[in-house]
Amino acid sequence: MEITSIAPWILLLPFLMFIFLGLTAHKFSGQTSAKIGTTAFGIVAILCYYVAGRYFFGNFSVLDANGFEVFNKTGEIYNQITVFNWTWMQMTENLTIHIGFYLDPISAMMLVVIATVSLMVHIYSYGYMFEHGHFDEGMSRYYAVLSLFSFAMLGLVLATNIFQMYIFWELVGVSSFLLIGYYFFKPAAVSACKKAFIVTRFADMFFLIGILILSYHTQTFDFDQLNADNAKHVLDSFSITDGSRGITFLGFPLITIATFCIFLGGAGKSAMFPFHIWLPDAMEGPTPSSALIHAATMVVAGVFLVARLFPVYSFAAPEVLNAICYIGAFTALFAAIIAVAQTDIKRVLAFSTISQIAYMMVALGVARFGNHESELGFTASMMHLFTHAMFKAMLFLCCGCIIHCVESNEMSKMGGLKKYMPITYWCFLIGCLAIAGIPIFSGFYSKGEILTACLENGYTAIYVVMTLTAGLTAFYMFRLFFHIFHYEENPEYATSHHKPHDQGWQMTLPLIVFAVLTVGFVFLPGFNNAITATRTYMEMPTNWTVEGISIAVALLGIAIAFFLYYKKNEKPANIMAKCPALCEFVYNRMKIDEIWYGITRSFIFGVICKSIAWFDHNCIDGFMNLCAWITQKVSLETKDAQSGNVQQYVWVFIMGVVTIAFLALY
Amino acid sequence: MSEFILLYFVIIPLVMMGVLYLIPGEKKNAIRYTMAGGSALLVALAAYITIGFFEQRAAGMTQPYLFTASKVWYEGFLNIHLSLGVDGISVAMLVLSSVITFTGSFASFAIEDKAKEYFLWFLMLSIGVFGFFISIDLFTMFLFYEVALIPMYLLIGLWGSGPKEYAAMKLTLMLMGGSAFLMVGIFGIYFMSVPEGGVPTFEMVELMKNVSTYMPIEWQHVFFCLTFVGFGVLGAMFPFHTWSPDGHASAPTAVSMLHAGVLMKLGGYGCFRVAMCLMPQASADLGWIFLILTGTSVFYGAYSACVQNDLKYINAYSSVSHCGMVLFALLMMNNTAFTGAFLQMLSHGLMTALFFSLIGSIYGRTHTRDIRLMGGMMNIMPVLCVCYVIAGMASLGLPGLSGFVAEMNIFVGSFQRSVLAFEEGNWMFLIFTILACTSIVITAVYILRVVGKMLFGPIQDQHHATLTDANYYEKVAAFGLIICVAAIGMFPSVWTDLLNISLPNLVSLFADKTIVAPF
Repeated sequence: MEITSIAPWILLLPFLMFIFLGLTAHKFSGQTSAKIGTTAFGIVAILCYYVAGRYFFGNFSVLDANGFEVFNKTGEIYNQITVFNWTWMQMTENLTIHIGFYLDPISAMMLVVIATVSLMVHIYSYGYMFEHGHFDEGMSRYYAVLSLFSFAMLGLVLATNIFQMYIFWELVGVSSFLLIGYYFFKPAAVSACKKAFIVTRFADMFFLIGILILSYHTQTFDFDQLNADNAKHVLDSFSITDGSRGITFLGFPLITIATFCIFLGGAGKSAMFPFHIWLPDAMEGPTPSSALIHAATMVVAGVFLVARLFPVYSFAAPEVLNAICYIGAFTALFAAIIAVAQTDIKRVLAFSTISQIAYMMVALGVARFGNHESELGFTASMMHLFTHAMFKAMLFLCCGCIIHCVESNEMSKMGGLKKYMPITYWCFLIGCLAIAGIPIFSGFYSKGEILTACLENGYTAIYVVMTLTAGLTAFYMFRLFFHIFHYEENPEYATSHHKPHDQGWQMTLPLIVFAVLTVGFVFLPGFNNAITATRTYMEMPTNWTVEGISIAVALLGIAIAFFLYYKKNEKPANIMAKCPALCEFVYNRMKIDEIWYGITRSFIFGVICKSIAWFDHNCIDGFMNLCAWITQKVSLETKDAQSGNVQQYVWVFIMGVVTIAFLALY
Repeated sequence: MSEFILLYFVIIPLVMMGVLYLIPGEKKNAIRYTMAGGSALLVALAAYITIGFFEQRAAGMTQPYLFTASKVWYEGFLNIHLSLGVDGISVAMLVLSSVITFTGSFASFAIEDKAKEYFLWFLMLSIGVFGFFISIDLFTMFLFYEVALIPMYLLIGLWGSGPKEYAAMKLTLMLMGGSAFLMVGIFGIYFMSVPEGGVPTFEMVELMKNVSTYMPIEWQHVFFCLTFVGFGVLGAMFPFHTWSPDGHASAPTAVSMLHAGVLMKLGGYGCFRVAMCLMPQASADLGWIFLILTGTSVFYGAYSACVQNDLKYINAYSSVSHCGMVLFALLMMNNTAFTGAFLQMLSHGLMTALFFSLIGSIYGRTHTRDIRLMGGMMNIMPVLCVCYVIAGMASLGLPGLSGFVAEMNIFVGSFQRSVLAFEEGNWMFLIFTILACTSIVITAVYILRVVGKMLFGPIQDQHHATLTDANYYEKVAAFGLIICVAAIGMFPSVWTDLLNISLPNLVSLFADKTIVAPF
């Protein structure tokens, strides 16, 4: 099969499925829609695997815009190829928005990630939403939005130009909004979906401004042109030379402002501090959609964005990369600390996601073009993106199984589930070992490379913070694990009609697939063959000191968690009793949400909006009404003159004559 | 009569008025079918004109206006012609007007009281609107403009709700105030632009040459301000926008649709055609004054909408913001911004019409428009609510729906212009462009506030639980508009191509003008 003939279907099929399922939502039962949606996405997934497989291992060519044949590989170097590029709208002479299909190592990798996670979630959701009993009639809507999301996410990673990315960026935002608000009758879900949309929208505004600045100066949206030849075009457009930072605005180099604004857009979607506040609340959505959107795919869009523009960042704005790695390091530690104090299992995973995405950001932040050591961060980041997508999706799906049985998100309602749910237990354990960074499991490799990249590029402080975070990660994940599966058994289980149990195959199969991918990651072809900053084979340096320290720290974290939470005891409570204020503070997410609410509710709503509305009603409208009132008064006062009373007219007439005569005389 | 094919846009409603006049008032269905059939005919005519326009252009007819026809109307003291013609922009506006007349007729099916009289005035309104867009003679344009305004008074005053007399009076008086400015401006242009030894003319094409050549620049400044304010009042420009919230709140559904959907477009269209294209030098010199006003409208309307509780007030203020965006983009005076402005007119027309038709349907059932008193509507009337969410998404600029393409053209165009201005030392443009960009966030806030409070959440009032969902004519109205909104959003190049047939010529009027701004 020709790549050019199947590529359009990767985008079209999910979109058509969205339209179809959306329009037939009231006709089909939930199960029928689910089956149709899953089958269709199965086809899309096969196409994605096929395209990615051909790209990495095969050999094919497409024609570029000038009619030249471009191969996927020239020697050992993978090429960036544009499979198709439809004109969508011409904006100015030079700026045209295309909808296209861009293949390079990272987008091909993302195809695999999206296809795998989305397909598994499609299958899993059938069991989760159906057996859950409620909302059968909403299932068509659910699958329609899943299709929309898959479409949007695929469009985002395959974007040939930054504006296409922005378009699909907004579309993933809205599908996230619709899925978080799936249980729209629950007030918590409603406020969560509003919050998610508005916070990311606020960040998107910066993204847009960044695009406007960048496109004004470079006169192009295309990634190809922006990135080509070490971002030469960008350097020229902003007149950046070795000695000068180019055009400035208010004393800052304009390129820094533009690229930082674009990063802020990514920070919004990827829940970097201080835009992270929407992600924990987004857990109000159905758990499978959290696994897909808020763990594996959409939230890494920001990382993908920075990786996509990596040459621009590395050559034109290295100071922004520095900022990214500091913001990332802070976010990683900050989210890990908060995760320690959470009691809602999905919230723990949400903060863990924030923290792990921050790892990816840090890895990109410390990377530069140059040599193997400096480029390591790029590969490490993409590797972590891949491994994290697999094990975090698995952890979320495990949580889905647990919540399904226990019908609560609270840790206190769980405990001792090991004997009831063995498959879930083992999968969850594998996920926890992977995220903690224990050898053999996938997370070990990617996290180790990130830490190595930090240290080898001279970011020692960041290395220390990230290692510390790794220890915290191991601790809170195993706190979660022991609390759910060991600790003390909830006495209700034994007496309950519905004893907790492993779920049907639709829900178990995805867990097993992800578990196999997590354990078998070492057997996958090495990421350093293709997914590198230079798109060619790269030696992966292994620093055994770093690896050793990270294993030791992880084991220490696990040991503390084991000590505190394996069996029910008073130790955790005692420790917490020593500093209740701090615990409360951390549990309340360090009050960052309150600060945001303070700004938005009290200031923007309370002060700006209220005063504008007051001004409008009283001053502007008041003035209009005043004009009307004056006119009315004047006419009321003068209408007496037209009384029709002859005597009055004569009287006025005579008085007038007298007055005029009097005036004339003197 | 084939050269007067555009006149059918006026003749069809006139014939419909005649037919309606003959149908006895009790035969509601006959009246409805007449309306549906007649307005479908208008849509067909608009489609025919659009296709014909593309074909004629493809055949190499390059004059600025096509389908032109001219006939002397009155040749005494004033030199008045009935001159018709369309360019790409007016074709787009005709499509918009016909779609909204069509869907508006369906949305009016719910009217029981004095339906015949209602539809007669409704048709009168549409005659004014169509006549305005097909005229290329300043006087006929103004005439039709007035024809469109007067029926509003009766439609709101008789079939409205709430403080309808107050609202009708306020709306009519403010708009009439605007047309007083306009009249002075139009006659001023007429008398002051006479070439030596020539006759004065209302003909647009000639005026475009004459005004800039023969009229002293001081007078151009005066008449630019007069006409821009005159049309700006109808375009809800700050601070002349207060008729809009009250007027819309009291107007019946279809009247709000037609008014926000089309009549407010007359404002932007007129500002462009009359004030700017006739006096490009004046608009370059004085544009900054109105840029401040319209830029203010954009975020002022958005912030005001955030704290309203009446659905119609929210959408009226949102209209202030979106229509402000239209005028704002026009004043940026480059091709991209103009394209954005006209796309925004189409987009705002369609989605506001959609909003008002849905609000009408919801209000007709719940008898309240206070969002605090409603909740969980999604459970009760899913079709209406899904349509409402789609309208909201169009309004906050979701890609794939019309708002996005319009706003992006506006932002890119404005940005190009404001950076140019910035490089010449003028800050103002950049500040207002950034402020306009922030409105995309605020729009999301007020749209989601309504969606969250009214559509989502638990059912607030148990009396609402038994209400019915949309019936067939409401579905026709809503689905028709949604299809149009999506058609613009997904295939914008059809519309940008249509607009770009005519825009480059007009843009060249402004190309050599230097930007003037105080800061």
